[in-house]
Amino acid sequence: MKNFILVGLVFLVLVVGGNSLFVIKQTERAVMLQFGEIVQPDIQPGLHVKIPWVNTVRKFDGRILTEDSPQQRFLTAEQKFLEVDSYAKWRIKDVRQFYVSTGGDTAIAGSRLSERINDGLRDQIASRTLVEVVAGERDQLMLALTAELNETTVADLGVEIIDVRVKRIDLPDDVRQSVYDRMITERNREAQDHRSRGDELAIGISADAERRAVIYRAEAYRDAEQIRGEGDAQATRIYAEAYSKDPEFYAFTRSLNAYRATFSSKGDILLLDPDSEFFKYLKGGDLPQ
Amino acid sequence: MAWNEPGNNGGDKDPWGGGGRRGGGDQGPPDIDKVIKNLSKKFNSLFGGSGGGSSSGGGVSRGRGLSAGLIAAMAAVVAVIWAFTGFYIVDAAERGVVLRFGNVLDNIVQPGLHWNPPIIDDVHLVNILALNTQTYDAGSMLTTDENIIDITVTVQYRIDDPVNYVISVASPLGSLDNAAESAIRHVVGGNSMDQILTTGRDRVAVDVEERLQSYMDLYSTGIVISQVNVVDAQPPDAVRAAFDDVIRAREDEERVQNEALQYSNRIIPEARGEAQQQIERANAYKEESIARAIGDASRFEQQLTEYLLAPEVTRQRLYIDSLQDVMTASSKILIDVEGGNNMLYLPLDQMMQRGGSTASSTAQELRDLANRIAPYLPGPGGTNAVDRSRLTTSGRGAR
Repeated sequence: MKNFILVGLVFLVLVVGGNSLFVIKQTERAVMLQFGEIVQPDIQPGLHVKIPWVNTVRKFDGRILTEDSPQQRFLTAEQKFLEVDSYAKWRIKDVRQFYVSTGGDTAIAGSRLSERINDGLRDQIASRTLVEVVAGERDQLMLALTAELNETTVADLGVEIIDVRVKRIDLPDDVRQSVYDRMITERNREAQDHRSRGDELAIGISADAERRAVIYRAEAYRDAEQIRGEGDAQATRIYAEAYSKDPEFYAFTRSLNAYRATFSSKGDILLLDPDSEFFKYLKGGDLPQ
Repeated sequence: MAWNEPGNNGGDKDPWGGGGRRGGGDQGPPDIDKVIKNLSKKFNSLFGGSGGGSSSGGGVSRGRGLSAGLIAAMAAVVAVIWAFTGFYIVDAAERGVVLRFGNVLDNIVQPGLHWNPPIIDDVHLVNILALNTQTYDAGSMLTTDENIIDITVTVQYRIDDPVNYVISVASPLGSLDNAAESAIRHVVGGNSMDQILTTGRDRVAVDVEERLQSYMDLYSTGIVISQVNVVDAQPPDAVRAAFDDVIRAREDEERVQNEALQYSNRIIPEARGEAQQQIERANAYKEESIARAIGDASRFEQQLTEYLLAPEVTRQRLYIDSLQDVMTASSKILIDVEGGNNMLYLPLDQMMQRGGSTASSTAQELRDLANRIAPYLPGPGGTNAVDRSRLTTSGRGAR
């Protein structure tokens, strides 16, 4: 009989032990309830004991959780619609309050948060222009929103918001198309600017080249004529020096040369009078002895 | 109530653990016996006089031994399995984070073969050396100048703090995804489209990296961002053509300038060449003029010297020589006006047309005639031929 008692005792120990021992991980937060009443609001991590069947322990995820809100449409200060997709990082801060207000369901807590975040975002975005929302002010917007939310969420939900971030800020489709149109016209303008600027410079380059070419030629003409002039002057001086020694003889020889040059082709026809000096012997008069 | 006290519990567990370990060793039966003995002793001591301390020693060893042995064997098997599942290998790139009763142990488990008591310890292996790459094709987003841009970013990350990675955040990698998307959009939203498309790509990457790291630190994910790359940044498809046209326009801008420069490179050297040519020609003309003048002057002066020695005859000779050349070269018609008809008809145009064909014979006749009359011309007969030859060879080239 003692054997049965022993076996029974072993089982009893196992069952009671299993029901009275529990572990809280560092990733968890927990409350201990006694017939529905919270007797231990924040159990520290480690191995703990409880009274079986009298005490119950509710464990919650104590890590940083993400609440990913669905895309929402907000209106900016200048009445432009924005499609905003945000997420929040939060964790349980006050376990008792968390358990009381949400029944310990993180999904319920998340949706409550989501509503508040969207309200907060709506207010924040409504007081800012699109550029402020999209660009520089995003950090401030988020800090302001986080601070504002934390004023109430810790007390109401026992939840601390660590960060709220906007993932996507997009324009609605119809606005998007008009943005595209504007972008296209901007680029067309830029393209035209490039082309025209290119033409401007090209024409300038060509004109400059042409100017220089003309100047080169003109200067060359100037110098060339100067040189020719010098040549003419020197030649003239030389001729004058030589010919002035006997101008009459010069005129004579020069004329003769000129006759030669003038009547140089068979096409030149001379009508001659045989009485001229050249033909005086041809006519046979005054033949020498 | 003694069972519920932690100290007692630990004490109760230890012999189980010890027994299990020894049971996993080589010798089975003797150890099991010892365990049974220990157990009975414990029970006996715990529950006072339920069984005589002496009687448990071995007096009723038969009946009780079988059933106690069965229990002990079952316990041993459980213990062996329990102990065996406690072994694990930590890879070279991994570290182990151990939660003992939910609390993180300070020492991180290094690579190698390890054993931790199952159930009591919860081991999480984390690869801390692997450099992971995540690509975010973040889609189209707004820039600060209200343009829309498509951007693709890769993020390289590593788990730096395995403890935080394991315990702080519900979903570290999900957090990374969300944070990356937010950081990319934030940075893009802070830059103009041109900055992102042209020069600012690297800066965007650096800014995203910094921002993403700050998020990772804020969320205590234990993740370290080692590098962020902007793989692709493009205008959306709807406006791509316009952007491409701008690139073409930039090329056109260069092209027309190059063409102009080409034109300029053609005409300027040409002009310089022509200028050079003009000056060379002018120089040639100058030299030629001077040289000719000197030549002409010299000839004239020499001739003049000789002429002054015998003016009359030289004059005659020069005159007739010249006229001979003139007559020889040209067509001529002798008309004795006094003896002829007053009404003289000369078909000049026909004669000029014929001139070419009859030229040679006429020229030959004239030359003969001139030669024949030459000796009869006045002047020193001996020098006549010599003078003539000199004049004809050095004279006009019209002949």
